[in-house]
Amino acid sequence: MLSFVLRRLLASVFILLGASFIIYVLAANAGDPLEDLRASTAPNREALIAARVELLQLDVPAPARYFLWLGGVLGAFVGQFDLGTTVSGQSVINLISDAMWQTIQLVTIASVIAILIGVIVGMTTALRQYSGYDYTVTFFSFLFFSLPVFFVAVLLKEYMAIGFNDFLTNPAIPPIGIVIISLVSGFVWMTIIGGDPKPRLIVFGSATLITAAILGYLLITNWFERPGLGAFLIGGLGAAIAVIVTSLSTGLRNRRALYAALAMAALGAALWYPLQFVMTTSATVIVPVMLIVAFLVIGAVVGYLLGQNDKMVAARGAAITGALVGGLIVLDRVMQVWPDYVVNTRGRPIATIGASTPGLGGSIWQGALDSYTHLLLPTITLLLLSVASYSRYSRASLLEVMNQDYVRTARAKGLTERTVVMRHAFRNAMIPIATIIAFDVGGLIGGAVITETIFAWRGMGSIFQDALEHVDLNPLMAFILITSALTVLFNLLADILYSVLDPRIRVS
Amino acid sequence: MSNMMMGDGKEPLTQHESNDELTIEQKEVEGLSQGTVVRRRFFRHRGAMAALVVLISLALLVYTSIGLQIFGFRVPGWWQWGYESATPLVNGGNPTWVLPFNFGEHPFGQDNIGRDLFARVMRGTQQSIVVMALYGAIAAVIGIVVGAVSGFFRGWVDSILMRFTDLIIVIPVIVLAAVLGRTVGNLGAVVLGIVLGLVGWPTLARLVRGEFLSLREREFVDAARVAGASSSRIVFRHILPNAIGVVIVSTTLLMSAAILLEAALSFLGFGIVAPDVSLGQLINEYRDAFSTRPWLFWWPGLFIIAIALCINFIGDGLRDAFDPRQRRMPGANGPYRQMFAMVTGRTARQQNAGPVKRAPGDPSRKGGPAV
Repeated sequence: MLSFVLRRLLASVFILLGASFIIYVLAANAGDPLEDLRASTAPNREALIAARVELLQLDVPAPARYFLWLGGVLGAFVGQFDLGTTVSGQSVINLISDAMWQTIQLVTIASVIAILIGVIVGMTTALRQYSGYDYTVTFFSFLFFSLPVFFVAVLLKEYMAIGFNDFLTNPAIPPIGIVIISLVSGFVWMTIIGGDPKPRLIVFGSATLITAAILGYLLITNWFERPGLGAFLIGGLGAAIAVIVTSLSTGLRNRRALYAALAMAALGAALWYPLQFVMTTSATVIVPVMLIVAFLVIGAVVGYLLGQNDKMVAARGAAITGALVGGLIVLDRVMQVWPDYVVNTRGRPIATIGASTPGLGGSIWQGALDSYTHLLLPTITLLLLSVASYSRYSRASLLEVMNQDYVRTARAKGLTERTVVMRHAFRNAMIPIATIIAFDVGGLIGGAVITETIFAWRGMGSIFQDALEHVDLNPLMAFILITSALTVLFNLLADILYSVLDPRIRVS
Repeated sequence: MSNMMMGDGKEPLTQHESNDELTIEQKEVEGLSQGTVVRRRFFRHRGAMAALVVLISLALLVYTSIGLQIFGFRVPGWWQWGYESATPLVNGGNPTWVLPFNFGEHPFGQDNIGRDLFARVMRGTQQSIVVMALYGAIAAVIGIVVGAVSGFFRGWVDSILMRFTDLIIVIPVIVLAAVLGRTVGNLGAVVLGIVLGLVGWPTLARLVRGEFLSLREREFVDAARVAGASSSRIVFRHILPNAIGVVIVSTTLLMSAAILLEAALSFLGFGIVAPDVSLGQLINEYRDAFSTRPWLFWWPGLFIIAIALCINFIGDGLRDAFDPRQRRMPGANGPYRQMFAMVTGRTARQQNAGPVKRAPGDPSRKGGPAV
């Protein structure tokens, strides 16, 4: 394995060298970096041109100039990492390190959410193959495949942001709207849960009523103006999380695991009030992180103590529940600053430009909310396409696995459907998904170029676009270096992951 | 995908149709050529057929309306305005199309200097189709040749070609395409299509190589070799026909990606640039007018989506048609029909409407298969 990794790394270095050389030469021929100066009417035009030629060493032919650039990059090994300067003389390293953080933030969040939603949707469509839900999801994923990214982005910016902000200034849903939303939600739940006609109708009716009740509650309590969870909702949502986590991981039959998880929900509700004094406005980032970790550890301990025969399983379930309940408490704290935030953003909380509100300041809770409102639209844009492809892949993969002999064997042994799906089918279906996702992440950074342009994020994408427009090779190459290095790295990761997850595959 | 997807859920499963289905299945067993089987399956795929019809009518509309321009040679179309000529604003540039059939002077509206948007969208679609077709054709040819050569001959040829493929695949497509588009974008759609095609082949090459690697170990290839067939005969007569499914399907998907790529490049300003017109370039040009003249944004966008969606559906139909494992699903026992039957009181059908789980190889399945 080690020799495989080393050999692949060595090969990757050569691939990176080759790829960067190709791009360098191509980009150098893409246009004239002196174009703006040649057209200028400044009296010292010749001097300016000469200065820029001197600065960027434009008198050296492009293939040779590549090696000068490469010398700067390889300087990393002797502690003098140099990516050159931009046309305007700015250091590329400073430029790119700020931008990289923004892009990585955007891409990471989008990928994580896309994987979660994509896998869940894909798996449920596979389990409900040929249902109305399946067809609807298939149609929408085809639609999302065919949507140009910039089109979606502009639509979101012009309609969703403005519409949602208008809604928030006067949050009222007319009765007919509530009826329609409830009916749609009832229909969606009915198609997901499936089964015989009679239970379907029951699901439809109850889901419709529950949705209507929730909407009514939110509107009556002015929830959209003062959102929050409170001890009561944290307890309720925590209990729901406990039931879902237990039923997926051990099954509700395992009472001890269920009680351990429910205990964590109760603990969250009980500790909600005292924790408000810990999460003050002057708290640092460490506080929410510590809180979630503490809930995770407490969950593991509670599960271990209550678990008797299968301590590990109960501990795992309770730990997951605990961490999620801790997350709910933090979420509640962030929601509490919403009214202030709306005032600070002059009533237009959903942002369409940039990565943060300039000069906002305030507590970390407000900062988190600010990042959220800025990330919302670009993340949705990036999500649509990834969710479409991940859900297709996971659907195909689970369908393939469900027809394998070992799944039939598991059913024949009399295992419950939950065990068959979650333990035998799901894990095996995830193997190809893991590798596909690893391949994808590298490409996603390149794909963020358009999204960043439209939402005016000063990320790597906009650096690339500016650089290409002005044929400014140094920042362009820094962009290429980072994206292709990440691509190579994730490809390698995909290969390793594949052999680790599937013992039948041996790397050589 | 089938009934539901195309909004065509009403079709009743008559006795005649199920018999028809049965005979097709039997004929497959009887030994038709693979081409016939694939063609029949494709023609029975409702989503793909609908997409094909829409695409062909779109192409007809696009190419007859404003005519053609090939190397300065001009074939006029039936539409009254050209895509470059500015005319006085009618109704403030708003679309004059009143649904359903009253088109008026400028059905899609006009831009701020009075150019007819319909003509511009038609021209833009022509350019986008040119880029797409050239990209698809060139990428397919290079991808097949590289993949076939390296998969069939293996050894050092394979190593060199695959390292070269790695080299190109490591750069994100949009980045490489943007750099090339910046260089040649002002030379027009044909040049752009060719240049993009020259870098669009690596994924296809990898797929074809994989297919060749597994096919060349099969018994029928051994048999051909023992019978004294030359390498070229083995490749063209024995292996390639068996790999053609993968090639056609991924070329289709490549083309749908190509139209989105062209639009994205032109939108960023690295593809086709004004005064020439393409769908992405139109959206880029009218981006700032969005709040005052939204139709300038909607029409080009809708055409991009329509073309990409059609090609994706055709690709899906082809994939199903080429996949020997795919069978059809039970259409009569679908959940909505059960619900309908129950609500309308015709519960007699419930007898055989339980949630029967059939294996995909079960010949009783009919309807659209999975992706």
